[in-house]
Amino acid sequence: MRPRRSPSHRLVKPDTRSDWLFVLPGLALVVTLGLPLLALFLRAAGGDFFSHALSGTALAALKLSLATSLTSVLISVLAGTPLAYILARWDFRGRAALELLIDLPVVLPPSVAGLALLIAFGRQGLFGSWLAVFGVSLPFTTAAVVIAQTFVSAPLFVRAARIGFAGIDPQLEEAAHVEGANQWQMFSRLMFPLAGRAFVSGAILAWTRALGEFGATILFAGNLEGVTQTMPLAIYLGFERNLDVAVALSVVLVLVSLVLLAVMRQLDEDRVY
Amino acid sequence: MNKFLLTLLCLTPLLSACGVSTVDPAPQTLTVFAAASLTGAFDEIGRNFEAANPGVEVRFNFGGSHTLRAQIEHGARADVFASANAEEMEALVQGGFVGAGEAETFLANRLVVILPPGNPAGLENLSDLAGEGIRLVLAAREAPVGNYSVQALDRLDKTFGSGFKGRVLANVVSYENDVKQVVVKVQLGEADAGIVYASDAAAAPELPSIEIPAEANVVAAYPLAALDQAQSPALARDFIAYVLSAEGQSILQKWGFLPVK
Repeated sequence: MRPRRSPSHRLVKPDTRSDWLFVLPGLALVVTLGLPLLALFLRAAGGDFFSHALSGTALAALKLSLATSLTSVLISVLAGTPLAYILARWDFRGRAALELLIDLPVVLPPSVAGLALLIAFGRQGLFGSWLAVFGVSLPFTTAAVVIAQTFVSAPLFVRAARIGFAGIDPQLEEAAHVEGANQWQMFSRLMFPLAGRAFVSGAILAWTRALGEFGATILFAGNLEGVTQTMPLAIYLGFERNLDVAVALSVVLVLVSLVLLAVMRQLDEDRVY
Repeated sequence: MNKFLLTLLCLTPLLSACGVSTVDPAPQTLTVFAAASLTGAFDEIGRNFEAANPGVEVRFNFGGSHTLRAQIEHGARADVFASANAEEMEALVQGGFVGAGEAETFLANRLVVILPPGNPAGLENLSDLAGEGIRLVLAAREAPVGNYSVQALDRLDKTFGSGFKGRVLANVVSYENDVKQVVVKVQLGEADAGIVYASDAAAAPELPSIEIPAEANVVAAYPLAALDQAQSPALARDFIAYVLSAEGQSILQKWGFLPVK
């Protein structure tokens, strides 16, 4: 909910003598944030970026990362949309607690998430031992990667969608009801178009988070090329043996994240207030 | 306010001068980067070294030797490096971080197969590792122990034949970053078996194990050296001397390591 950048929001500041008080600390931070990324790109440009980015390990990790992160976003959208609607519109006891629970994974350290997942869904885990009865075993599988990613990223989508739904005037919904719209028409004609931007930007945010998931994955899903070794894991292990592959993969991740962020910004920019 | 600030300053370890007991020698910190397999043994050695050298604090960074080597190459500050293989130490010698001929082999280690408590998969001997549906966890080949594990499988392949190594590797569900993570995955029962050092098996006595015969086993030799960048070379040398002393060696053997022949 960033204020729009219109000239009327700019302050007219007559005194510029103390500008350095703003510029210097700000610049220090910008350099801290920008320099490492610049170094990454320079290092990649200095080597044979494409042959490293297209090496077997890198491609396997890239494919796996795309497949798992998109699956986890799909799950977040399918299950998170009804949940977001409930949170935005229904009034019930324990709603505040539910919101807290849903927001929690966003701030939890990923290692805590991984350990919790392992203790819950591991073979000897609380629920894992039940699943084992049906011959289902999650750790070390691609499904475990998707679960880890969903665990940390779905809350971001639910949050955004909830705010999107809450921003729609309830009177519009009532009017649609009076007009005889059924539940599906209500969502497809009214709610989705109105909350669409919040949806897309929530989904993109969740996607970037899923793409970057590392700690929960390495603990819960392990590390096997083509099965559970996503890009962040390949970067972590590659750092020690083949730095160039790790750098190439990192650059790919930075570029993908940049594009996604730019799309999200554009959506925010276009938002009609 | 001034008093408060002063108290704050005294709390920072950098300023030892405000300490009450001015008799103690200035506190010194020795930073030791050591292979993950040394965790338990070096913790004990570090405590003893601190007790024998008042004012000295030993800080450890345990991890896969390959990780530690990479950290040192990229500027991590360390005084002593203990590796689980010669390669990582050699890389630091080549990189100018350790003087040539400085490294000393201080212990040996061998491999063993560990099983989760109760051995739910019912593994009885090494050939069972190739059984269908067995979930095996190894250390990543980047880590010394992962490399040794594959070497041992190469040798066992000659004993068992008929694609033994291939079938065992097909059972690998995860390549963990260091040996302690392999132990954890087996302890939790997530894996049916894991290949680790005998010292790790000794540190987890509740886990059943399967011995790997000497002719197929790989004996890992661990080198230890003071880094050229060591803040106090004398202190680093003292620590190494203690590890090599009879007392240090007996602690290492207590933790399941083998003496250097």
